[in-house]
Amino acid sequence: MNQVPLTHILIVSTALFFIGMYGLFTRRNLITMLMSIELILNSVNINFIAFNRYLYPQRLEGVFFTLFVIAIAAAEAAVAIAIIINLYRNFHSIDVETADEMKF
Amino acid sequence: MSASAVVFYILSALILVSALLAVTSRKIFRSAIWLLFSLTGIAGLYFWLQMEFVAAVQIVVYVGGIVVLIIFSIFLTQQSGKDLPVPKRTRGLFSILAAVAGFILTAALLRGYAFPAPGQPAPTATINNIGAQLLSTKEHGYVLPFEVISILLLAAMIGCIVIAMKTKPETK
Repeated sequence: MNQVPLTHILIVSTALFFIGMYGLFTRRNLITMLMSIELILNSVNINFIAFNRYLYPQRLEGVFFTLFVIAIAAAEAAVAIAIIINLYRNFHSIDVETADEMKF
Repeated sequence: MSASAVVFYILSALILVSALLAVTSRKIFRSAIWLLFSLTGIAGLYFWLQMEFVAAVQIVVYVGGIVVLIIFSIFLTQQSGKDLPVPKRTRGLFSILAAVAGFILTAALLRGYAFPAPGQPAPTATINNIGAQLLSTKEHGYVLPFEVISILLLAAMIGCIVIAMKTKPETK
């Protein structure tokens, strides 16, 4: 593990973050946007774990932050999918462009 | 280059390539499967970093929970087999520009920053230590966030049921 510098892991997580951001910008479908958000959250988790492992190996804070982020991501995904199903029931589509009833 | 480094680069390539395919694939179901591969690769990265507990949680919650939930909702809401629309030309172009510019900026900053050399990794992240500190009420204990997050999960569960509940048709 020590042969790989910390910077390489951080660059991988940065690339993952911007891939997720690209997906969030280009996709107009709610489920694929949710997938992009999951990728972004995972890149943050990689950062926490890598910093914990490389800089503070005797502490556990990074592990706890990762566990809480995973729990919040699970709750967020469940709520998002409930909203998506409700939206599909009302508009028969989960494209964000079709749900424009409250658009000013 | 040692075997461990080779494993890291293979895992990174798996993660990044499947994430890229997940955000660019035109079929939504394939996109979900690529996301599955990417999340599994991240679990492998946690194993490589010797964080076995986090890797197990990643597999159980993400691969076993969230991706399955996403696939269910694809089947509930989407005519599978229909292709997703191609993004508008200008929007795609500017998204690529923004993502690449952000990546280059962050990578340049990261390369310029001198992190201290990694210390000798002591095996502190065992499940014993994690459990003891997570539920400890003393200093550096995490029992309050643990309870707060259990309330959050309960609230999310009730919220999901309320949001997705079918309202009864009022015809009587």
